[in-house]
Amino acid sequence: MGNALSETGRRVHAFVLACFATTLATGPAAAQDKFIVMASTTSTEQTGLFSHLLPAFKKASGIDVRVVALGTGQALDTGRRGDADVLLVHDKAAEEKFVSEGFGLPRRAVMYNDFVLVGPAADPAGAKSTDIVAALVKLASSNAAFVSRADKSGTHAAELRYWKAAGFGDPALKIAGKERTIRLDYRACGCGMGAAINIASSTDAYTLTDRGSWLSFKNRGDLKVLVQGDKRLFNQYGVIVVDAARFPHAKTELAKAFSDWVVSADGQAAIAAYKISGEQLFYPNAAKN
Amino acid sequence: MSAFVESFRTAAALVLDGYPVLWRTVRLSLTVSLTVCLIAAGFGLAVGVWLAGARFPGRRALLLILNTLLALPSVVVGLVVYLLLSRSGPLGSMGILFTPSAMVIAQAILVLAVIAALSRQLIADSLRDGGDQLRSMGGRPLVCAALMLLHERWAVATILLPAFGRAVSEVGAVMIVGGNIDGVTRVITTTIALETSKGDLPLALVLGIVLLVVVGLINGAIGVAHRAQGKAMDFAR
Amino acid sequence: MTSGTPMLRVDGICVRYGDVAALRDVSLSIECGEVVALIGANGSGKTTLLQALHGVVVHTGTRTVAPSAKAQSMVFQRPFMLRLSVWHNLQLALWLAGIPAATRASRATEALQRAGLSELRYRQARALSSGQQQRLALVRAWATRPAVLFLDEPTASLDPSAKKEVEALLASFAADGMTLEMSTHNLGQAKRLATRVVYLDRGTIRADLPTDRFFGEHVDGDIELFLKGGLTTWEMH
Repeated sequence: MGNALSETGRRVHAFVLACFATTLATGPAAAQDKFIVMASTTSTEQTGLFSHLLPAFKKASGIDVRVVALGTGQALDTGRRGDADVLLVHDKAAEEKFVSEGFGLPRRAVMYNDFVLVGPAADPAGAKSTDIVAALVKLASSNAAFVSRADKSGTHAAELRYWKAAGFGDPALKIAGKERTIRLDYRACGCGMGAAINIASSTDAYTLTDRGSWLSFKNRGDLKVLVQGDKRLFNQYGVIVVDAARFPHAKTELAKAFSDWVVSADGQAAIAAYKISGEQLFYPNAAKN
Repeated sequence: MSAFVESFRTAAALVLDGYPVLWRTVRLSLTVSLTVCLIAAGFGLAVGVWLAGARFPGRRALLLILNTLLALPSVVVGLVVYLLLSRSGPLGSMGILFTPSAMVIAQAILVLAVIAALSRQLIADSLRDGGDQLRSMGGRPLVCAALMLLHERWAVATILLPAFGRAVSEVGAVMIVGGNIDGVTRVITTTIALETSKGDLPLALVLGIVLLVVVGLINGAIGVAHRAQGKAMDFAR
Repeated sequence: MTSGTPMLRVDGICVRYGDVAALRDVSLSIECGEVVALIGANGSGKTTLLQALHGVVVHTGTRTVAPSAKAQSMVFQRPFMLRLSVWHNLQLALWLAGIPAATRASRATEALQRAGLSELRYRQARALSSGQQQRLALVRAWATRPAVLFLDEPTASLDPSAKKEVEALLASFAADGMTLEMSTHNLGQAKRLATRVVYLDRGTIRADLPTDRFFGEHVDGDIELFLKGGLTTWEMH
């Protein structure tokens, strides 16, 4: 239960907190509670899962989980710098690479949902289908607009896998070159899931999103789910504890407690219980895989 | 247009219901920004006095650097502070990253440059007026500069206000070093960014209005006080 | 300190501002208890000579100060008052001059009485009339008990009644034995207050005579012209 603050750190904290206290007499930000930092994805956070899940964990263990929401790629990089104690992301290949590089303990599966392709209700490109690859082929030869997160997130990684399966390389790169094999108006925003859906809904564009983000997004405009149900749209989430051997200050014990809880019966039940308008967003699957 | 109106209506409801997240966010923003101003004013005014009063080789170079820092993009400062405070960085063992203290540090750097540059200018202008006389009364250069700060205290207040404004409306640096953690480092500006990207406009709108009101109130208070003081001052001039 | 002993002496002083020679090979010595008026047209070097005597300007040549003349003060045409009360301005001046805390209060009270400003003790200094501010400046200097008091056109900005009050104060200082060195445009003032008149023209001393001789006989045609003719800018009363 080590406090990660060094002596200097404590002094700096004390100074800043003293200034806090002289400005408004609010209590100092809790530097003494048990807490860990979890790097997760914007899409997961924006679904509201954490406001449901983490209080349950706190009740069970007394540990505060502070969520820093980034794209999967950024979350893993944060883990590589040792700035997070535990990671919850959804890109299995990248996760396994992270573990094999020695930054984390072996990953464990936690839950899954699926990706969906959303687009304007009128569907000018005729993408509606239960086959994601076929839909992308149709999109490629249309001149509709497509918004990509292009931010090394789990969603972006999935999107690139589907383009590859459809026979195209990364559309962002192709368009920069002379040869255009894609007529599609491809817009790489480098942004989070919410922002991408925003852009898509304001400009009548298509985009790939995870179902959780879609269900919790409020500004849908004219967008509808056009492609769903394809097995390839399966979206697996994994949890990784950052390795203390690498980062002595990482709170590995507390992080392990979280990792153990989230794959336990209690944690899994809490995940399954999270619904928006009666619809479940995430399906726990820790036992398998 | 109706989306706008709809948002305002929801916004009013949020405020009236005493929505706890709203007030917690506002309180955190104010605490962080005021702390930033305290620290930045303390060091910034001292630097301003020093640069206005002292004469030393390399002073001009330092002034140039200071004026360049005024235009520093906040994300750059955020990035540099992040790398310093990261656990794999030199100050990582302090464990300050992703806490309000990190936000205070990053913003204090930005705001300090503003306060130092503006106060130096203010003091230098005042010294042109009365510096000779103060020195002939026995004041050493730094003492004269410090006295000018006292002399121009209302002008100093009008420097500290934009400084506070910069602190309270900062997004980029605060997002990077704070991590926008719910309940810990999520302030008004980062909440607005988050809620807007989620498509949840009413909360974002309310917070934007609260921000404007806070800054407006402080502005008004300083203006009133200044006018009251002005009635008793500078009469014969 | 007997009269006839030079308190302050400059020899062969040259002061240049860029290409312009403000003072050319000027020599002057001041005796204890004298009231010396420096007169001359604008740009003749009066202010520069005062500064050279006071030791605050860079010059070639020598400046000798007797130990008894070490304590000096200077009063300017437009006194600089800080945005503080009359009382605090006095306290500050005493502090700057190194007067110990125990004696400051009594010196300040004395000073106010001497200037007739006792009821205005807590008024903002800058709210006083220009005549009152100049009297305050004079006693502010007097409170530090200077051996020599330099004055740069002390009444040039004042109306006739304020001028009379200031002159009365200066006369009382002289009567106490203080050595005064003042530059002035006002020949009548020089006649009234000074024991000795020094006439400067384009950076050199053209005449240096006791007052009665200066206004009595005219050694030089230029001076005659100066006193009478083309000198409509000069006040005579």
